[in-house]
Amino acid sequence: MSDDGVQSDLPAAAAAVPAERDLFDKFAPLIAEREALLSSGVRDPFGIVMEEVKSPTVAVIKGKETILLGTYNYMGMTFDPDVIAAGKEAFDKFGTGTNGSRALNGTFHDHMEVEQALREFYGTTGAIVFSTGYQANLGVISAIAGKGEYVILDADSHASIYDGCAMGNAEIVRFRHNSVEDLDKRLGRLPKEPGKLVVLEGVYSMLGDVAPLKEMVAVAKKHGAMVLVDEAHSMGFFGPNGRGVYEDQGLEDQVDFVIGTFSKSVGTVGGFCVSNHPKFEILRFVCRPYIFTASLPPAVVASAATSIRKLMHAHNKRAHLWENTRQLHGGLKRLGFRLPTDEPQSAVVAVLLEDQTQAVAMWHALLEAGLYVNVARPPATPAGTFLLRCSVCAEHTSEQIAQVIAMFEAAGRATGAIG
Amino acid sequence: MSDRDTILTAVKAQIEPFNKKGVTVTEATTFQGDLEWDSLTVMDFVAAIEDEFDIIITMNMQAEIETVGQLVDAVAKLKA
Repeated sequence: MSDDGVQSDLPAAAAAVPAERDLFDKFAPLIAEREALLSSGVRDPFGIVMEEVKSPTVAVIKGKETILLGTYNYMGMTFDPDVIAAGKEAFDKFGTGTNGSRALNGTFHDHMEVEQALREFYGTTGAIVFSTGYQANLGVISAIAGKGEYVILDADSHASIYDGCAMGNAEIVRFRHNSVEDLDKRLGRLPKEPGKLVVLEGVYSMLGDVAPLKEMVAVAKKHGAMVLVDEAHSMGFFGPNGRGVYEDQGLEDQVDFVIGTFSKSVGTVGGFCVSNHPKFEILRFVCRPYIFTASLPPAVVASAATSIRKLMHAHNKRAHLWENTRQLHGGLKRLGFRLPTDEPQSAVVAVLLEDQTQAVAMWHALLEAGLYVNVARPPATPAGTFLLRCSVCAEHTSEQIAQVIAMFEAAGRATGAIG
Repeated sequence: MSDRDTILTAVKAQIEPFNKKGVTVTEATTFQGDLEWDSLTVMDFVAAIEDEFDIIITMNMQAEIETVGQLVDAVAKLKA
């Protein structure tokens, strides 16, 4: 086995498949692109292994202690002693797994407990927990917009939103990213009668830009549409109660459904939808990704419940996260890096680069220096952009952020990304 | 000119700014194969067509449209 560990290419001795029936032929361009990239001598951006995780902000990668600036661990809850203790207790009391669907044998004490924690956190009457955030979007969007109805979504929507649309039977209409005017125009062209769901995100995770939800929700309501907002990248640090961008913009009585995740600020895994809709509970019987999959292990939901309750009071963490974000954004901007937003809008700070070669070279230089960030490329990114994405954590110290900025400076000069 | 010809002329005009390869456009021209448009170009083009004709071409309908002629037919139907 090569030192790439589990990411090694297939062994040379693998049997050949007759070309005329090889369904993998269509992947040839992607395989060639990956081979060209890796033959240039860089490490595989999509093959990182964390050998040891020391804290929310430090891991060991290839034997080297590395600052983590490419996780979604915004609130740094993964090593919180209370959150860990809750998980351990649930392991001991309820075992390792549920062996079944939420709808059958897979709902335990802590699944109810975490849904109660969500109702308290969001101040809603309803909360439904899914096994991942991806499945929450998949399930809710595909179930509530039916045949002859419409889903209207932002062009830069996350893959889980697109996949929820593809899974359902509704008519799908896209509007230009964050364009209130384009949304208004498109809603205006649709027939009045059929039901409509407008799907928005609080923070768009690739560029870290925030949606003008206030204007967009007003337009959606004007045209009689229901509104779903995905707040995956804002939980814990937007709005007076950390509910998200929609709370920050004062829209609590106007957004019909909020989608969220446990895999980011909460620090475990899982997804959810919260709502005040009076018939919300019926979703448990119509969302296929809720019904036909195993529920989360008891330790996961117990940890999540404790984490969510702690996030309600995490004001210091929240303040420090914003300080870190401003420090990083300001530092990179001063160095001359191209950033998509003039001011820091969220805990995602993206650095725009020329092309894949430069993006990967930068990424590689940073990793060698002891910093992990995400490298992202189309189609995950908008409009053909190549970027490095930094996601800031409340547990990063100011010293770590200063170190990060110095690493970016050195890597930027070495690769020609800055002058 | 018939309505269909008018639509075809307008569609061709909308294709031009995106026609980086300078392909001669006929009704048989395909967006993916001949014009070699990626999904982002398709998205911008569809938005331009929607605005030009004041219609909505849903993603469901887009999946069925491969050639310029098919697009003209779809526009004609939506405007009817």
